[in-house]
Amino acid sequence: MKEQQDQVIYLDNNATTRVAPEVLDAMMPYLTDLYGNPSSMHTFGGQVGGALKQARSQVADFIGCDPEEVIFTSCGTESDSTAILSALRAAPERRHIVTTRVEHPAVKNLCENIGSMTGTKYRVTMLKVDEDGMVDMNDYLESLTEDTAVVSIMWANNETGVILPVEEMARLAKERGIPFHTDAVQAAGKIPIDLASLDIDYLSMSGHKLHAPKGVGILYVRRGTPFAPFLAGGHQEHGRRAGTENVASIVGLGRACQLAQEKMVEENSRVKALRDKLEAGLLASIPRALLNGHRLQRLPNTTNISFEYVEGESILLHMNRHRICASSGSACTSGSLEPSHVLRAMGVPFTAAHGSIRFSLSVYNTEQEIDFVLEKMPQIIGQLREMSPFWPGE
Amino acid sequence: MWDYTDTVTEHFQNPRNVGEIENADGVGDVGSLACGDALKLTLKIENDRIVDAKFKTFGCASAIASSSALTEMIKGMSIAEAEKITNEDIANFLGGLPKEKMHCSVMGREALEAALADFRGVALPKAEGEVVCECFGVTDLEVVRAIKESHLRSVEEITNFTKAGGGCGKCEGRLQELLNKTVSEGLRVVPLKKSRQRMTTLQKIKKIEDVLEREIRPGLRMDGGDIELIDVDGDFVTVSLRGQCTSCFKSQTTIKEFVEKKLREQVLDSLVVEEDK
Repeated sequence: MKEQQDQVIYLDNNATTRVAPEVLDAMMPYLTDLYGNPSSMHTFGGQVGGALKQARSQVADFIGCDPEEVIFTSCGTESDSTAILSALRAAPERRHIVTTRVEHPAVKNLCENIGSMTGTKYRVTMLKVDEDGMVDMNDYLESLTEDTAVVSIMWANNETGVILPVEEMARLAKERGIPFHTDAVQAAGKIPIDLASLDIDYLSMSGHKLHAPKGVGILYVRRGTPFAPFLAGGHQEHGRRAGTENVASIVGLGRACQLAQEKMVEENSRVKALRDKLEAGLLASIPRALLNGHRLQRLPNTTNISFEYVEGESILLHMNRHRICASSGSACTSGSLEPSHVLRAMGVPFTAAHGSIRFSLSVYNTEQEIDFVLEKMPQIIGQLREMSPFWPGE
Repeated sequence: MWDYTDTVTEHFQNPRNVGEIENADGVGDVGSLACGDALKLTLKIENDRIVDAKFKTFGCASAIASSSALTEMIKGMSIAEAEKITNEDIANFLGGLPKEKMHCSVMGREALEAALADFRGVALPKAEGEVVCECFGVTDLEVVRAIKESHLRSVEEITNFTKAGGGCGKCEGRLQELLNKTVSEGLRVVPLKKSRQRMTTLQKIKKIEDVLEREIRPGLRMDGGDIELIDVDGDFVTVSLRGQCTSCFKSQTTIKEFVEKKLREQVLDSLVVEEDK
């Protein structure tokens, strides 16, 4: 177990992931010899265009759509903004947006500031969630009106891993003629996505959450869906996203999608088993530990646990001494003074929200790592509780 | 990740004087679970001197380090000496704190005051103030004191030091008032940026027409010209020149130097005036 401490135990894969070696291999030629611009008329640039085409097909195969429906962007946030603003511009007479209280800031902050972003007033419905982080379908149905310009609902929550029923929600929106966007940044690579069989109009994805590098994202736009580019400029991406393509990263993302497809079974079996072992172990060995989020409707790699009476930043910094990496929904880690908006929307009491830790695994985690974390966590929590004026004792 | 000094990290990892003194002579209990940090300070006092100090803290690394530093600083001090300790002293002992974490040092100072007041059996002035920030239960007296002691010059700084305004943000206006009042004696204040008054299109049109009539048309008419307002779209004002003006080679100058300048001065400084061709 000694040598374990010399390397990082990375359980923060919902924040970002390591670039897969296969992905890096695929990218290297485009960072070295093959530096041409895919828009060029010469063969040297043109061959790079071929690589983009291949990557587009790999992405399309992965999410079950046509390659022409895939637009490469710089990140998930850009994809979210492009999709939502596009839908709003397509229906200027509609002035209502439906989303949830647990969205990633990329969608939440856009919707909350949509008036100043667009210069137009919008009514925004932010659907509430229950203590499991689930949306009530009746609330959802009631929120949809003739005035609704777009629905934007995340497929899976980044903090809790809770999976929302976007397939059904998209179908209900479609029946009412309302465009549907989903932020699938966390879902992609962890649960299967087959857009051909779904009524989703816009879908956002990010490269670095599935072992591709940072700085590349995807926006899927269903054929026939109104679209307005976010960036004005050159004709790249058929005029839908100007700016010279981030070729190497796009090639990497294509390869990462292929790998994710191959490892989907492992993600949902071995990784899930490790997650379950970690979760069950922590809940059993540490008193007053609570699971946040629906136990079943959840990504296979994520668990979010609150340790009552201790504060998240302190927990993370003690874990850091053992080189264990995770995240917290506590106020102090964000620089704001309030704990996670997701946990508060779920009604998690402050006593627990401040001490919440998110562990998010990947296919690169091992059982030894989980055993090591299970060995260290009770000590860390115990030590901090000894110091806490609120800890009532076991 | 926060940029903590080595001293902060060291005190967080190896906190001194953790615990609770039994039959303490002074107890200071500040903060709460809901706020995200809390400190219970217990003191043993003999002949007006602090002979022992212990703490229990719920909070982040800087809260724990501030508590640990505080107990180290005050052990052996006379009450008179301890009373002079400010939150800046605690932060300095630790080699500084990130500005967003200064409230942790304030919590240390508050606990010390509370413990000393408890020793004397007097009430804290804090309870007498009026609560300004309901999210974190901060009173006007605490805010004013922080402004004075730490020379705060913006609402953001008040939030960093006292947490007031860090929740729903409803009290920002009141905090700004307190700030203005407290630093009014010849000090420069950085006011909250006021959102520019938004005018509706109708209000804009009325005002533009008014300025055209009063200030612009008389001048143009003297030269045998006139001007008509065609459209207002956001900041863009389209006008059409009439009479002599249409053939005047200086018409573009008239529009930009005269009409646009006047409208910017008197209606909205972001207006752009264009000629309808």
